[in-house]
Amino acid sequence: MGSLKEVRSSIEEAYKKKLDRPRIIVGLGTCGMAAGGTKVMAAIETEVEKLGLDVDLDFTSCIGMCYAEPVVEMGLPGAASVVYGGVYPEDVAQLIESHMVNKTPVTDKAEIQISAGGATYEGIPVMEKSPYYEKQVRSVTSRLGRTNPERIEDYIATGGYAGLEKALTMEPQEIINQVKISGLRGRGGGGFPTGTKWQFVADAVGDKKYIVCNADEGDPGAFMDRSVLEGDPHAIMEGMMIAGYAIGANEGVIYCRAEYPLAIKRLNMAIAVAEEMGILGDNIMGTDFNFKLRIKAGAGAFVCGEETALLNSIEGKRGMPRVRPPFPAHKGLWQKPTCLNNVETFANIPFIVRNGGDWYASMGTEKSKGSKVFCLTGKINNTGLAEVPMGITLREVVFNIAGGIADGKKFKAVQSGGPSGGCLPAEQLDLPIDYDSLISGGAMMGSGGLVVMDEGTCMVDVAKFFLNFTQLESCGKCTPCREGTKRLLEILERICDGLGVPEDIDTLERLAKTIKTSALCALGQTAPNPVLTTLRYFRNEYEAHINEKRCPAGVCPELLTYAIVEDKCVGCGVCIKACPVGAITGEKKAAHTIDASKCVKCGACVPKCKFDAIVQA
Amino acid sequence: MSTVALTINGQEVTVPKGTRLLDAATGAGFFIPTFCHDENSPNYGGCRICVVEVKGARNLVASCCAEALDGMVVETESEAVVEARKTILELMLANHPVDCLTCDKAGDCRLQDYAFRYDVKAPTLGGERKDYEFDDSNPYINRDMNKCILCAKCVRTCQDVEERAVISLAYRGFNTKVAPALDGNLATSECVSCGRCVSVCPVGALTYKSLSGKTRSWEVAKEQVTCTWCDAGCQFDLLRKNGKAVGVVAKAPSEGRPLCLKGRLGLELRYNDEPMAPMIKKGDQYVEVSWAEALGLDEIIEKLK
Ligand SMILES: Cc1cc2nc3c(=O)[nH]c(=O)nc-3n(C[C@H](O)[C@H](O)[C@H](O)COP(=O)(O)O)c2cc1C
Ligand code: SF4
Ligand code: SF4
Ligand code: SF4
Ligand code: SF4
Ligand code: SF4
Ligand code: SF4
Ligand code: FES
Repeated sequence: MGSLKEVRSSIEEAYKKKLDRPRIIVGLGTCGMAAGGTKVMAAIETEVEKLGLDVDLDFTSCIGMCYAEPVVEMGLPGAASVVYGGVYPEDVAQLIESHMVNKTPVTDKAEIQISAGGATYEGIPVMEKSPYYEKQVRSVTSRLGRTNPERIEDYIATGGYAGLEKALTMEPQEIINQVKISGLRGRGGGGFPTGTKWQFVADAVGDKKYIVCNADEGDPGAFMDRSVLEGDPHAIMEGMMIAGYAIGANEGVIYCRAEYPLAIKRLNMAIAVAEEMGILGDNIMGTDFNFKLRIKAGAGAFVCGEETALLNSIEGKRGMPRVRPPFPAHKGLWQKPTCLNNVETFANIPFIVRNGGDWYASMGTEKSKGSKVFCLTGKINNTGLAEVPMGITLREVVFNIAGGIADGKKFKAVQSGGPSGGCLPAEQLDLPIDYDSLISGGAMMGSGGLVVMDEGTCMVDVAKFFLNFTQLESCGKCTPCREGTKRLLEILERICDGLGVPEDIDTLERLAKTIKTSALCALGQTAPNPVLTTLRYFRNEYEAHINEKRCPAGVCPELLTYAIVEDKCVGCGVCIKACPVGAITGEKKAAHTIDASKCVKCGACVPKCKFDAIVQA
Repeated sequence: MSTVALTINGQEVTVPKGTRLLDAATGAGFFIPTFCHDENSPNYGGCRICVVEVKGARNLVASCCAEALDGMVVETESEAVVEARKTILELMLANHPVDCLTCDKAGDCRLQDYAFRYDVKAPTLGGERKDYEFDDSNPYINRDMNKCILCAKCVRTCQDVEERAVISLAYRGFNTKVAPALDGNLATSECVSCGRCVSVCPVGALTYKSLSGKTRSWEVAKEQVTCTWCDAGCQFDLLRKNGKAVGVVAKAPSEGRPLCLKGRLGLELRYNDEPMAPMIKKGDQYVEVSWAEALGLDEIIEKLK
């Protein structure tokens, strides 16, 4: 290949021409496919053929609005393109006829419109002004939903590989300096300054060095890395290559969980085509920089995301964490200096190199710079992916971007940082989202999962859920984590079952302290966080479970009671039939009663009673 | 050689650079308990009983892995350290049968020793306990995985000999256990009955079958004997009870030293007053064989005839 510049101008031209054509683009990330995107695509193909339309059909990855999947974008030359949400095969004919043939967008199915300078339609929010995107800043996610991730041309036309091209003209140390200036901190959870890490690896002595990308993403409720891997695979590769050039490594490994087959497929395609174009491999872009890249599929153990366990796993050993020091920067893969970063961390690098460290540092807060991608899940109206500037408050994320609590319920808590994070209550909603504030609140940034809970959530039950996860995922190497999380879980189970005793709270705190301070790796060191934060903010719920044998949220089955309100019961007898254990008795036309000693709390009787006479408390 | 100076329990200590905190402290006369630390495969850091408090560190530090650094201020028995050790012992006991009364390891068991030292009297945490089948399938070694504290010393020492790696850690979380391939028993595995694993086990999870129920650790005197079958020169302990030789056990194995069964049996035959009948695995069965066959002497004897 000649210089990328020459190729780029022709690619850019072709890309612009594409925008001047009528086009329909379907979101086919994993979420889009799961929602039925492939069938929608097939329906569109049939319809376009039937009508004999001159339309380009294409696909893209997840734009972030997972709540609106399947998502279809329709665009006509000279006008903004409209992103439709919740499009099913049966909607296709009408949408195509209205938008593509009659040039009239279907407003009630339209989520947003994206204007590339052309005319806009009335009644459809422009992306940047729409509730979901207004407070977002999109850089790492800028190509998601906008380009075809399986075409390197789309990547290059949107500025891709310009960062690498620029980097190759710079001194390696100058690149590291720019990363330092950017203030970028690792997006994998720990928040370690990336520039500092790169400096360590660059300064480490070794005949061979490695770049490793952590694409394990094991946290339940987290899918930001997957979205970037699926939607912009070249960006990660470009970041890794820049890192390789900067620290003096010519080999990289992407450790990607095997449960991400689409990500692995697209990465493989990206690697192959980049090699073909001379962007990856030997003498990259005609320079004497060589870089080799391979993918290692991980079997999907949460602990394998821990960096030293991950290195063991690549080496073919059991995925158990190693003692640190030595840190991977000094003795990593095969005991060689290794620069290990998260997917999103690498994806930020090309932007930083292209636009300069200062540009990046202008976003965010004093100690947490730039933007961060979050996964919004739980009891909210809009679940999805959101890239926000650091320092935005939890309230803005939950109530503006995520659209508030679903079903008109009340907000109760937000869990930040995955299974090892913490639950923050309503009083903490104005906490700015940055590494240090979250930790001061008892939670942590983690990889960026935000799980929102409403009033119908029992916080003891939540703690139990997360402890169950960490207990199962503990690698078993160290005593506090292996044995301690098990006992924490058992105590929580007892409390939820109504068998808690007052001393349990002390025991929970004592165990939590030992696990936190003496476990070997961060999995164990953070595993007690859900218990500690729920105890800190929702202690009254623990006390109600233990002292009053009551679950205030009405969640823990063992603590529920069912009773019939005499005044409301007409004695119809429907509930008697519903009860599987014969706990309900009563004469016809007289108020019935429930024998609490027989009731197994299945709840079957409640919906059957037409008079709302059966209450659960 | 360069040295570093640090303070341990208020005392100035100077040690060569690269010394582990554990060695620096014990060298200065302080006690630190260990389960998983093994001189021959260091830096494991699994059991966490050896944690100490290092001023300025966010967490407690495993002294068996951490390097002593200039200016460090270390407490080996601070309140936090003792609290953590007690809790760790409690966690181990919550999952360990307390049949010390009849356990072959009583008197020579670290769990027992440390529980005594840190005043952990009984399992207080309750909850689920492991209930694994007792593995006495091998004629030389008893495995009681209910007593295992998962220090992984056995795994590491077995792996230290090329091509052995008979046992490894299996499963995750609370279900983690030491297991031969496919979680089978020792007899069906590739185990060569060398006893390296038995010699490093700090508790009663691995014991010699031939000695089971015969001796208490405080009743026997140990005498070091060296095997002369091959030039590896492995060392064993000859155990004497009331003057009578009752068994031969492997001494702590160092790296690579195979400590083979043939060597131990040879020493049994030579020293033991009542040597056990040798059993050798033929196909997938253990069968009793003659001493000549067990020691591989048949050929030589044949030649001499
Ligand atoms: C139990 C556990 C799981 C982890 N999982 C991930 C993961 O899935 N992805 C990731 O990037 N980092 C994960 N981490 C953090 C990594 O150990 C490491 O800090 C990170 O990959 C470094 O990259 P960064 O500096 O770019 O964040 C995990 C850590 C722990 C303790
Ligand atoms: S803290 Fe848990 S996951 Fe980490 S090494 Fe210990 S047992 Fe394994
Ligand atoms: S909750 Fe179930 S068991 Fe109890 S009274 Fe109603 S139907 Fe019967
Ligand atoms: S192994 Fe130790 S603690 Fe366990 S029963 Fe035997 S002597 Fe007691
Ligand atoms: S006896 Fe030897 S071969 Fe068998 S498990 Fe123990 S160390 Fe491994
Ligand atoms: S059997 Fe013994 S040596 Fe092996 S892990 Fe268990 S306690 Fe440690
Ligand atoms: S025990 Fe085996 S390996 Fe060791 S010296 Fe004797 S014969 Fe050689
Ligand atoms: S002896 Fe140090 S961690 Fe086990």
